Amino acid sequence: MTAFFHYTLAGLSNGSLYVLVALGVVLIYRSTRILNFAHGDMATLGTFFAFTLLSFNLPFYAAVALSLLFGSVLAMIFYFLILVPAQRREATLLGQITLTVGLGMIFQGAATSIWGSEPQVIGFPLSDTKTWTVGPLVLDELSAGALGAGILGSFLFYLLVHKTSLGLAMRAISENLPAAQTLGIPTRKVLALSWGLAASLGVLAGLFLAPALFLDPFFMLEPFLKGFAGAILGGLNSLPGAILGGLVIGLAESLTAGYVSLELKNTMAFLLIIVVLLIKPEGLLGKVFKERV
Amino acid sequence: MDLVRSYHEELRLIEKPWKGVWIGLLLAGMILLPWLGDDHLIYATTLICIYAIGVQGQNILIGYTGQISLGQAGFVAIGAFSFGHLSRAGVPLLLAVLGAGIMAGLFGILVGFPSLRLKGPYLAIATLGFGIAVYQILTAYELLSGGRMGMVVRKLPPVCGLSREVSTYYFVFIMGLGFTLLSYNIVSSYLGRAFIAIRDNDVAAEAMGVSLTHYKLLSFGISSFYTGIQGALYGLFIGFLDPQMFTFFESLTLFIAVIIGGLASVEGSILGAAFVIVVPQAISESKGMVPVIFGITVMIIMIFEPLGLAGRWRKIRLYFRNWPFR
Repeated sequence: MTAFFHYTLAGLSNGSLYVLVALGVVLIYRSTRILNFAHGDMATLGTFFAFTLLSFNLPFYAAVALSLLFGSVLAMIFYFLILVPAQRREATLLGQITLTVGLGMIFQGAATSIWGSEPQVIGFPLSDTKTWTVGPLVLDELSAGALGAGILGSFLFYLLVHKTSLGLAMRAISENLPAAQTLGIPTRKVLALSWGLAASLGVLAGLFLAPALFLDPFFMLEPFLKGFAGAILGGLNSLPGAILGGLVIGLAESLTAGYVSLELKNTMAFLLIIVVLLIKPEGLLGKVFKERV
Repeated sequence: MDLVRSYHEELRLIEKPWKGVWIGLLLAGMILLPWLGDDHLIYATTLICIYAIGVQGQNILIGYTGQISLGQAGFVAIGAFSFGHLSRAGVPLLLAVLGAGIMAGLFGILVGFPSLRLKGPYLAIATLGFGIAVYQILTAYELLSGGRMGMVVRKLPPVCGLSREVSTYYFVFIMGLGFTLLSYNIVSSYLGRAFIAIRDNDVAAEAMGVSLTHYKLLSFGISSFYTGIQGALYGLFIGFLDPQMFTFFESLTLFIAVIIGGLASVEGSILGAAFVIVVPQAISESKGMVPVIFGITVMIIMIFEPLGLAGRWRKIRLYFRNWPFR
C-alpha cells in the first residue's frame, strides 16, 4: 500500500508540471484555435537562458524571473512578426499549425548551435537527494518543489483568468473574437499577452524538469508531449480540463512504471489518450463541437 | 490558359508535346546519371527517390485527404523493420518490400480508426502519439529491433555487371517511377476525387455518397503503404537499421517535405523530398543549422506561398507564358 502512495505522489508531482505545460497549450488553443507545437521548444530556450544567467552567478530568483520574461517576449515576437502577417494573408489552420512546427525547429536548432547537444547540469537550489519522511511517505525536495510550483502556478493562473479584467478579456476573445473586437477589447494585445503567459508557464515547468532530466536541446520533447496529451485528454478548450488531464497523465505513467513495466510508461500515456478520445472525442471536460455544412 | 476540351484530355498525364520532351529529357538524365555524376550525386539521388515515395504517400493523406498526421516515422520504422525481418527469413526481395508495405498499410488502417472521430489537432496528436509509441516499443523490445547493435539487412546484390550502388539506384529509381505513376492515377481517379471531397468538407462529401469510413481508412492505408515501402527501400539502401533513425524529427522532416513541396501536388512531393535531402547534404559542416533552415523555409513558404514550391513553379510558368502581359 505504501508503494501505491509513493507512485501516486510521484505521479502527482510530475503531473503538476504537465499541468503547467497543458495550461499553456490550452490557453493558446482557446484564444487562437492554434495548437502550438513550438511550446516545448520555447520552454527549452527559456530554461537554457536561465542556465546561462546562473552560470554568470546571478541570484536564482532573478534568473527565474528573467527567463520567464525571456520566454514570454520570444512568444510575443513570434505572435506579432509571424502569426499576425500570416493571419492577414488568411492562412489556413493547417498553415498556422505548420508555422508553429517551423518555429519549434528553429528554436531547437538555435539551442543546439548555441549551447551544444551535450547534457548540462543546471544549478538548482532544490535537490532530489534531500528527503523528508512524513509517516510512511518519503518526499524529496525537488518533487515537493515541483508540486508546489504546479499548484501555485495553476492557482495564480486561475486568479488571473477569473478575477482580473485581463482574464475577462481573454475569456471574451476565446468565446467570440469578432464580438470582442466590436466591444473595443484590444484583441491583438490581449492575444499577444496570452502567448507570452503560455510561454512563461512552459518555462516554469522546464525549470523544474531540467534538474531531473538533464538539460539538452531535446529535454522538453517528452514532457511537452505529455502536457499536450494532458490538454487533449481534458479537452482542448477547457482550462480545468487541462489541470485534470495533466494530473491523470502523470498518475497513469507513474502507476504504469510501478506496476506494469518501466519501458511502457510513455507508451501507456499515449494509449490512454487514444482510448479516451475514441470514447469521448471532445476530451473529459471539453464541450461538444457541432459542425454544419 | 490550358483549355480542356474533353474528359479524356483532362485525364492525360502529359498535356503538351513539349512537356513530354522535358519529362523524357529528365528521365534520360536520371537513367544516364551513373555515367554523368559522381558517387555522391548517385547517393543523394537514391535517397531522394526513396523519400519521394514516402512524401507522396504523406501528401495523399495530408494534401489530398486533409488528415494531419505527425507520426509518419512510425510507419517508416514498421516498414523498415518488417522488411529486415522478412529478408532475414529468406523471403525474395520484391515480396519482402511488398510485405513491408502491406504491414505498414495494415497499421495505417488501425491508426486510421481514430480519424473517423477525431479531427484536425486531435488527430495530429493521436498520430504523433503513435509515432512515438512505435519508436519506444522498438527501443524497448530488442526482439523486434534486432538487438542493441541494430539490425543488419542484406543489401541488394550487384546485377548485370553494375556496381552495388548503381544497381540499388536503378532499383529504387524504377520503384519511385512506378509509385509516382500510381500517385497520378490515384489522384485523378474516383478514389482521389473522394479524398479531395473529404478534405474540402467531409459532411458534404458524406451527403454526396462518399463513405467516410471507407475512404478515410483507405487514405490512411495507402499513405502508410507508401511510407512502409520507403522504409523498406531505406533499409535495403543503408543495409542497417536502428530505432534511432525513426525519431520524432524524422516525422517532422516528412511533414515539412509535404509543406515545402506543396500540398496536393505529386510533383511538389518530389521537390519537397529533394529539398529535405539536399539541404542537410549541402551544409553538412554545421548540422545544428539544419532544423533552423527547415523552420525558416517552412515559415517563408507558409506566409508567402501556401502552395509550396509546386505553386511557385506554376506561377513562374504562367508568368513566362503570358509575358509581356501580366
